[in-house]
Formats: sequence, C-alpha cells, structure tokens
Amino acid sequence: MKGKVVAGALMVVLAVFMASPRGARASEPRVIEIHAKRFGFTPDQITLKKGETVKIRLVSEDVTHGFFLRPLKIDEEVSPGQPAEILLTPGQTGTFTTICDHFCGVNHGNMKMTIVVSE
Amino acid sequence: MKKSVDRRSFLKLSGAALGIGVLYQAMPAAQAKGAVGEMFDHMGKQTGERPTPFSFVQLSDAHVGFNGPPDPLGTKAFERAVEMVNALPERPELILFTGDLTHDTEEKDVHAQRMKQFLEISRRLNVPLIKCVPGEHDAGLDGGAMYREFLGESSYSFDHRGVHFVALDNVSRAKPEVGKEQRMWLEKDLARFPKSAPIVVFTHRPLFDLKPDWEWFTSDGDEVMNLLSPYENVTVLYGHIHRDDAHELGHVHHYAARSLIFAFPDPEKAPDKKPVPFDKEHPFRNLGIRLVHENFSGQPLVNAAAIEDVELTAREFSGINGMQQLLKEPEL
Repeated sequence: MKGKVVAGALMVVLAVFMASPRGARASEPRVIEIHAKRFGFTPDQITLKKGETVKIRLVSEDVTHGFFLRPLKIDEEVSPGQPAEILLTPGQTGTFTTICDHFCGVNHGNMKMTIVVSE
Repeated sequence: MKKSVDRRSFLKLSGAALGIGVLYQAMPAAQAKGAVGEMFDHMGKQTGERPTPFSFVQLSDAHVGFNGPPDPLGTKAFERAVEMVNALPERPELILFTGDLTHDTEEKDVHAQRMKQFLEISRRLNVPLIKCVPGEHDAGLDGGAMYREFLGESSYSFDHRGVHFVALDNVSRAKPEVGKEQRMWLEKDLARFPKSAPIVVFTHRPLFDLKPDWEWFTSDGDEVMNLLSPYENVTVLYGHIHRDDAHELGHVHHYAARSLIFAFPDPEKAPDKKPVPFDKEHPFRNLGIRLVHENFSGQPLVNAAAIEDVELTAREFSGINGMQQLLKEPEL
C-alpha cells in the first residue's frame, strides 16, 4: 500500500515536471526592457497590442526614476541596481505619454516616452 | 425656520490676476449677525481672531537662477512683481508664494546662492507676512533639506484674521505626492474647526488630475481632497503650471497663479509641454504683467488679458450658512 502511494506521488511529480516548463513557456509574457537615464527612456517608443500581457522590465542607469502613465494605471519607480518589473495588459488602444515622475534633475520635465497600443 | 442671509454681504474674496500673481481680498461682512455672526464668533474663539477684511497676494514660480531662451531676463519679472506689489494702493497683509522659488541645480553652493537671492528680492516686499511652500525645483533633489534650512518647515498652518491657511508640501518626496504622514497631520490640523470655517490651502502642484502626462497632478490628491471636502469653504491656491487656471471640483475651488519666469501653453491646445517663446518686444507679455487700477473691485485692470474676480458669498450648505466662491468673467 505504502509503495503504491509513493509510486503514485512520483508519477504526479513527474507529470507536473514534464508539463510545467512547456506550459509556462507558452504563457510567459513578452519581455520589454526599458532603460531610464537622465533625461530619457530607451527605447523612447514601444508598441503593444490591446489585450496582450507584456512584462516591462525597467532598468535605471543612474538615479531613481519614475514611470507613470495614468490611463494604463502604471505608477512605478526604479533605482540603480534594482530593476522593476511591470505586468501590463492594455485594455484600451491609443498613443500614451509615459513620464518620469520622480524628480531627477534640471531636465526632468522632458523625460518621457510613448506607448502605442494598437488593436 | 430658514435663515435669510444677504449672500453678497457675507464674505467676499476677490482675486485679481496681476500676471505677477494674484491679489485676493477677503471681505467678511462687518456686521454679520445670526448664523453667520455665530460662525464668525466661533472662528474668533478658535483662532483668536474674528474674520475681518484683508487682502493678500499669491506669487509663484520665480525660478531664481533660471536664465534660458524662454526667459533670458532672469529675475527681472520677479523684481518687477515686487515693485508692483509695493505700489498697490492698498497694502496687502500677506504674500503666499506657491513654490519653485528657485531653479534647481546639483551644485549645492549655487543652489544656496539662489535661495539667498530669492530671500534678498522677496525681502524688498513691503508686506508684513510672507509664507512659502516649496516646488520640485526647490526640494526635489534633496528632499527639501536646503529649502528647510533657508525657509523653515515646508508644511504648516496658521491663522490670519479668522481664515485658516494650510501650507501643503507635495514635492519634497520627489514624487508628486503629499504622503500619508502629512495627510494625517492635515486631518488633525483641521479637526478643531467647524465645517463652515474659511480655509485656504496653498501648495505647489494641483491637487487634482489637471494634465497628468505633463506632471500636472498630485498622486494622492484625491485622498487630500477627501480630507478637505467636508469643509464647506475651501480654496486651494497652487502654482507649477505657469498659467492661470480655475477649477471647481465639488464645492472646492482651485486656482493657479501665473509664473514669474515663463509661461506654459494651454494643455488643451498645445501638443507638447514647451514654454511659450520669449517675445523680446514684449518681455513680460506671456507673464501678463499688468498695472492694477486703484479700485480693482470695480474697474478693469490696465493692459490685462484675463482678469479674475472671485467672490466668496454666503451659501447654505446642508442648512449651515457657508461661503462659496463665484468666478466672474472679465469685465473689459
């Protein structure tokens, strides 16, 4: 009896082990890396599809920056050495301006990028 | 029994946009009786001073130290504003400076020099009381340390002739936010006042989403307004946007003053947040420098493009006699 239970458990573990990597790969969102450096983002424009989940990986190359976009409910901060990740599924199409909202210096007010969401 | 109040005789707060700033006159009815008089009495007990007439000026965004294409004249507009305020026929009792007193720099010595220059110019104002809040260009890079060194605390409150003034700091956390600690302080600060008390909040950024993608917002502005909205007579004065603006949200009125350095365009019409270009033939045009007629309550200002005349008049809120501002169109 005990042997059957152990064997069953092993089969379950094996099934999970075999199924998970493929399943995870199939559902893993596209990763888009964005670098923040005074006073701009690179790239300065990205295009997403409405309803597609993407992972935005934010990297700061100098100081703390903000990443703010009210219509898509993004309000993130990123500091040097501590990348931030944002899971985003845009629910509306349009062209949106994303700004740095963490004051970072004299040209902070011009630090922005564009996110285009298409059908 | 419904109480009858002469709405125009209750309290009048008129604001005239000078371009260099905004002149306000708070004119409570001298002979207020009944419910209004009781409220004034109550205010008098709370603040030690019964509401009485006075005027004050709002100045904003001098950016001392800035000297670039949108305004190569540096502090000239600020200095002109000081001269104009000193020339007003009726001396204001109070100046409220709503942030960005200086332009930021990473060189601390240079920023300190700019703070000193701001103080030197502002001390020329022949006004007994000057109160400031920081803008992000004053406090965004060092959490407000240098601002506090030169100008004291960045959030505080005081009473003047029965009106409660609240300075809110929505820049020192580097993000456009007031923050939980300051919101808790605000709630406690307001708790001693009746709901009908006249309250003027002055801050740098708008406390609502005016244009978020131009960073014209405060992220926890809604939470701040939730604390303010139970009070029936709240006026919010702010700067940051370098242009006139008037918004009524609920029964709270929000007013922005022009800057003393350069103007930003109308966000509804301009595709980008770029300063209005400098016009060397009319160096102060976009700042709207204007001369103020001696009788600003009834006569138009000279050379004015947009004049605001704001009145606080009596109004009944849930059976309580309170005050409401009415924005009048320019009478030119």
